[in-house]
This record gives sequence, C-alpha cells and structure tokens, in this order.
Amino acid sequence: MKQSRKSFPVFIGIAILLLLVILLENLSAFIPNLPQVFQPTSPLFTVLKKAAVYSLVAVSMNLLNGFTGLFSLGQAGFMLLGAYTYAILMVPAVQKEQVYYLFGGCAFDFSLLDMFEGIFGSGGAGGAIAMILACLIALILAGCVAGFFSYLIGIPVLRLKSDYLAIATLGFAEILRAIFQWQKLGKVTNGANMIKGFPTFSNFNITNGSGETVLRLSTFVPFLISALCILVIVLLINSSYGRAFKSIRDDEIAAEAMGVSLFKHKMMSFVISSFFAGVGGALFAMYVANAQAKAFTSVMTYEILLIVVIGGIGSVSGSVIATFLYVACSEWWLRFLDSEQYLGSFQVPLLRNGFRMVVFSIVIMVIVLFFSQGIMGNREINIGGLLKKISKRSERRS
Amino acid sequence: MSDTLLQIKELKVKYGGIEAVRGIDLDVHAGEIVTLIGANGAGKSSTLRTISGLVKPAEGNIIFDGEDITGKDPTQIVSKGLMMVPEGRRIFPNLTVIENLKIGAYLRKDDLEKDIEMVYGYFPRLKERSWQEGGTLSGGEQQMLAVGRALMGRPKLLMMDEPSLGLAPIVVQEIFKIIRRINEAGTTVLLIEQNANMALHVADRAYVLENGKIRMEGTGKELLEDEKVRAAYLGSTSGSN
Repeated sequence: MKQSRKSFPVFIGIAILLLLVILLENLSAFIPNLPQVFQPTSPLFTVLKKAAVYSLVAVSMNLLNGFTGLFSLGQAGFMLLGAYTYAILMVPAVQKEQVYYLFGGCAFDFSLLDMFEGIFGSGGAGGAIAMILACLIALILAGCVAGFFSYLIGIPVLRLKSDYLAIATLGFAEILRAIFQWQKLGKVTNGANMIKGFPTFSNFNITNGSGETVLRLSTFVPFLISALCILVIVLLINSSYGRAFKSIRDDEIAAEAMGVSLFKHKMMSFVISSFFAGVGGALFAMYVANAQAKAFTSVMTYEILLIVVIGGIGSVSGSVIATFLYVACSEWWLRFLDSEQYLGSFQVPLLRNGFRMVVFSIVIMVIVLFFSQGIMGNREINIGGLLKKISKRSERRS
Repeated sequence: MSDTLLQIKELKVKYGGIEAVRGIDLDVHAGEIVTLIGANGAGKSSTLRTISGLVKPAEGNIIFDGEDITGKDPTQIVSKGLMMVPEGRRIFPNLTVIENLKIGAYLRKDDLEKDIEMVYGYFPRLKERSWQEGGTLSGGEQQMLAVGRALMGRPKLLMMDEPSLGLAPIVVQEIFKIIRRINEAGTTVLLIEQNANMALHVADRAYVLENGKIRMEGTGKELLEDEKVRAAYLGSTSGSN
C-alpha cells in the first residue's frame, strides 16, 4: 500500500517523459522551419538513443558495483553476448547468405523474424506485430544468454573479492571478444566481420503506403525499453532482496551473520545485472545497426564505469543523468574541439582531431578529484517530494 | 532450567596451523545468561564465530536445540533461531535504522512491524532515529541497533560478542540492563566479555577461557568471589584489562 503510493509519481514521471520523447521526435512533422536541432537528422536524437541504451547498461552496472559492492568489469562482455544473440536470431534467412558470404552462409537458418512473419504475415499491421514480438523475444533471449553465461562464470569468480573479481570479469569479457572474432566460428558469429540486416530502431518508424514516415518512434523505442528495464531494477533494489544486496555491500560478515546467504545473493545480483547488460547490448546493436565484437572492448566498460562514478555509486537516477550528460558531451557538445575553429581570423590553437579526448579526460579527473561522490552521491531524485515542494511553493505564491 | 539449548563438545578451531580453541565443552540452558570471559586471544570470539557458522570447526560438535549444527552455513544456523551481535557492532552504515532492523529479520517475512515496535520498546532512542543512516549514530546507539537487529530474528539464543567494547561506562550499564530485560522476556543469552566485572554480575553462569581452554566454571557469584579470577580479571574495579 505504502509502496504503491510511493512509486506512483515515478510511474507518472516516466509516462510523461516517454510522451515528451514522442512529441520531440515528431516535432518537425507538425511545425515547419524548425531549427536544425529538432530535425530528425540532428545529433540530438543520436545522443538520446545512445544515452537511453547506455543508461540501462549503467544502471545494471550500478546494481552490481553500487548496490551489491561487487566490483565487476565484465559489462562489455555481457553486452557482446546480448548483441550477438539478438543479431543472429533476427537476421532474416534471405539475408543470411549475403551477411555470411565469407563463410558460405550461416550455420543455422532460423530467424525469429521469419517465424513470426510466417504467422502474422510480412506486410502491414501483421508485419508490425511480427517485428515487435520477434524483437521482444530476441531481447529477452539476449538477456537470458548473457545471464546464463554470467551464472557459469559466476560460480568460480564470485568467490573472489574486489580487485580480483574485477580482473577476472575483465579477462572474461576480453576472452569472449576474442572467441567471437575467431574465424573458425565464422558460420555463427561471422568471424571478425559485422552482422547486419536485422531490425533496428528506425524500423519502428511508422510509414504509410508510399514509404513516407508518418510517425517517428525510433527514439521512443529505446526509451521505452530502457525505462521498463530500469523500473524493474529499481523495484528489485527497493525489495527485500535489494536490502540484502545493500547489506552485503556495507558489511559482508555482518550480513552473513544475519543469515543473508552471500553466494546466493551475489549470484542473483550478478545474473540480473548481466541479464540487463545483455538486453543493453542488444539495444546497442540496434542503435549502431550492426553487431561486431570489436565494438565491445574494455574501453566500453570503462566508459560505463565512468558514467556510474560520475552519477554517483549507488544512485540509479544519478546513473541515468550522468549517462545523458556524458553521451551528449562525447557525441555532441564537445565535438567542436575535434576540428579547427576560427574566432574571426584567429585560429584557436590546439584544436585538432583527438583534442576532445584530452579535454574530456581533464573534466573527468576534476570530477573524480573534487566531486568523488558524483552528481547524486547515493541519493535518488524523489519525484513525489519534488512535486510536493513545487505545489507548496505555488501555494505560497497564490 | 535443565533444558539444554546449546551444547558444545570438544570444540577445536584452527586458523592455518594455529589452534585458537583447543577443545572446550560448554552448555547453555534455556532461559539462562551464560558468559564467557577471558583475556585477549583466549579464543572467545573464535568460539562464538564457530557457533554461528562463520568459521568451520576443526573438531568437535555443536548441538543446538537438539540438532547437530556443526559446520552448517550461517543461513541455516540463523534460521534455527541462533542470532549473533558481532564484535565491533558491524551495523550497516549506509542503511537506515529501519533497514538495518529489517535485515535482522531477513529469513522471515511475517509481522516485521510488530517486532520493530518490540525493538523500539527496548531502545526508544532508535525510534527517534529510525530514518537516519546507521553510520551517523553514536557508538552506544550503534550497539543498541546491533542488539535490536539481532532481536529482529526472534532468536532462541542471542549471542553477543563484547557489547561493551569502546563504550562509555554509563552506556555499558544501560546495555547490560537491557540484556537482562531481554533475558527476562524469555531469550537465552550467551555473552562474551572482557569486562568481566559487568558480565559476571549479570550472568547466571560463567566460563573462564584461557589459551583456548576452559579454566574454570561456576555461577557468576562464585567466580566473582574466586581469588584467582579476582586477581586475573577483576584487578581493578572497572574490570577491563
């Protein structure tokens, strides 16, 4: 009773956010002559899509690092598993020959998309239902594959502590990446080449008969999926399991003495975190429209770790906010640092390709040195409390 | 009083090659307060950690409530009704007081509200601080929280490892008063203390542990009057060494 009343404003907040995303995305259709920023080709939407995907991965990493106190660096590996699972399951059989041409076709011709199109038909509303269902199931399976492998690796690895756990999970992710690039597995993973041809976010845009886009949903879809997944994680954190996770983080021995089974709960947190990392990986594949092992390096893990640290270890809303800021900076706002800029006829020194990363590194160092708590520390944004404050303020005014 | 709740037979605990506990026998009857006193390194904490399953014994048996619990997991042992207040309090610093208490009742889900009220009955100060994070409490309050957290598991036997550690004498007295009240309400208590004076005053029976072996046992009163105990553990009136 209490719980539902508390989470009600959160649901409303998420619903409003999702509506705003749809509106923003379709603004250009209603209002002509909008500034370039709101055009569908604007970097704004690239940033929003990528940030939606990354925020899910960041929150899943925070569940492990921030709430359970397990310092794991295997996130990119589980994303890779998710991305490949999604890609392999979703490439239509007709396209497999072409995608796997170096290896003379794929080892198995099964495609979820084909299967559902066989049931619902491939055109019109039937095709849409087929694609949505196939996507959903492929996303869930992507998570399950990542979760399954994390369970296997968790049995030996979760007995390790702090740094050792980080090294072991990092190594696992790197090994996975090497295996997926192995030529001998080419018939399944397409070797070091990318897998393409599966449905991406832009496939969710609704088009009319003549191929014109009527309603854009390509930014809304990653937002919706991420929001749902993050919501599940938040509900888990606020449940009694979440409390047990936090007790393990705070003091393992005391938690054990209270009857909290360390291994069981660590495993649970690890598998759930990896499940959502897998879903995040599949979303990432949809975002970049391909799946390729070389994208999922340890650099990606560090990027996500950085987001978690900037947002505040142990804060879900902090992770989400930090993701959007981080992605916006790295993909958009700081882009100008990478090309030569002129103030009048004066060429600004130092600005050239790669300088963005220098500035970025300095910003990060400053954050880590002077704001080690991150944006939110371990607090959360409290929408209910915020609404109360606003209504109080407006009462005072009137 | 004759009902044996906890029985330890020939218990030995080793860390690597070092024998911390070298074969002790110990009984706790239902409804008693039993204390185990001894100097640093006598093996008190090792005994307690072994009973609660955090350390596996090298030899010997631990029988609780008629069941052999030797070498079982802490989770199983806690679920049988054996809770521990660990040494140095070890509350969860980033969880609120209420969350700390709820973790104490982790293995059962029923009737938490009633038990929280029961704990607040013993420690009204915790109620005022219920939404504060554990780490912001004072030492005495943290000890109260640690005891309250263990009580949330509705233990048949409550084991306490040095509840007086690092606390002001007034706070220690308060804690010991509450230990007695908890015992009067029906919980058996096994108390481990360096503060022999306080412990012997509150205990029904006591064991003196020295170098991993039991040197002496008797009622609290007997040991308080014993010459050797007085010389070794009660040299000063404060009792701590």
